Amino acid sequence: MKKPPRIKIPESAKVGEVIEIRTLATHIMETGNRKDARGKTIARDIIHTFTATFEGKPVFSADLGPGIAANPYIAFYLKVSGPGAIEITWIDDSGAKIVKTVALNVV
Amino acid sequence: MLGAGAATLVAAFLRAIPEASAGEKSAQFKAALKALLDDARPVSGGIEMSLPEAVENGDYVPLSLAVESPMTEENHVKAFHLLSTANPRADVATYHFTLLSGKARVTSRMRLARTQEVFAIAELSDGTFLMSGRNVDVKIGGCEI
Repeated sequence: MKKPPRIKIPESAKVGEVIEIRTLATHIMETGNRKDARGKTIARDIIHTFTATFEGKPVFSADLGPGIAANPYIAFYLKVSGPGAIEITWIDDSGAKIVKTVALNVV
Repeated sequence: MLGAGAATLVAAFLRAIPEASAGEKSAQFKAALKALLDDARPVSGGIEMSLPEAVENGDYVPLSLAVESPMTEENHVKAFHLLSTANPRADVATYHFTLLSGKARVTSRMRLARTQEVFAIAELSDGTFLMSGRNVDVKIGGCEI
């Protein structure tokens, strides 16, 4: 995960509205089935866990396998209960964990 | 990471697939489905599955899954399970929802090793399972990459 993932949310939302949250991580999603030039299997390296919380409460999560395309794009929804922080976490096989937080503006 | 790298990645993905006749479901798929459902009988249909009917290459296949649900404590979707019938691994992804999700809908992109049927199973709060399938024709096979 060399480049930081991106999160896109609406500029503002109303209480009770259901908003779409779009995320994009940069990751090879190495399947573990590929062999290098010497015929040696290249170790699996995928983002296997994705979680999203709002003000610390679980909103959505995903368990991903090697059948997910490189640079995983995930869009999901949040029912707006008020202003607060959306925190998203990506964890891959190398142990890398990226946590990104965006503030939700409620009008 | 993209371009040529992605092509070799797909090529490797394809080589890992045992030969099987078109439409045949992998033993791994059958085992994954059994593990998921146990002895429950899924209700056929009810999941809106958006997948292309045909793709040029199976590297990036856009998909979205949705079930109409009020997403209340009494009546909500707990999870979607996405299964492949002909990839090297049957379990593609599981998406978990909460009441805060507001909507049981997810959009993502998957890999398809070759032409096959893709299944989505929705797990509802009352213990019911919904199951829908879509066939996707993958134009570029292993020998062409």
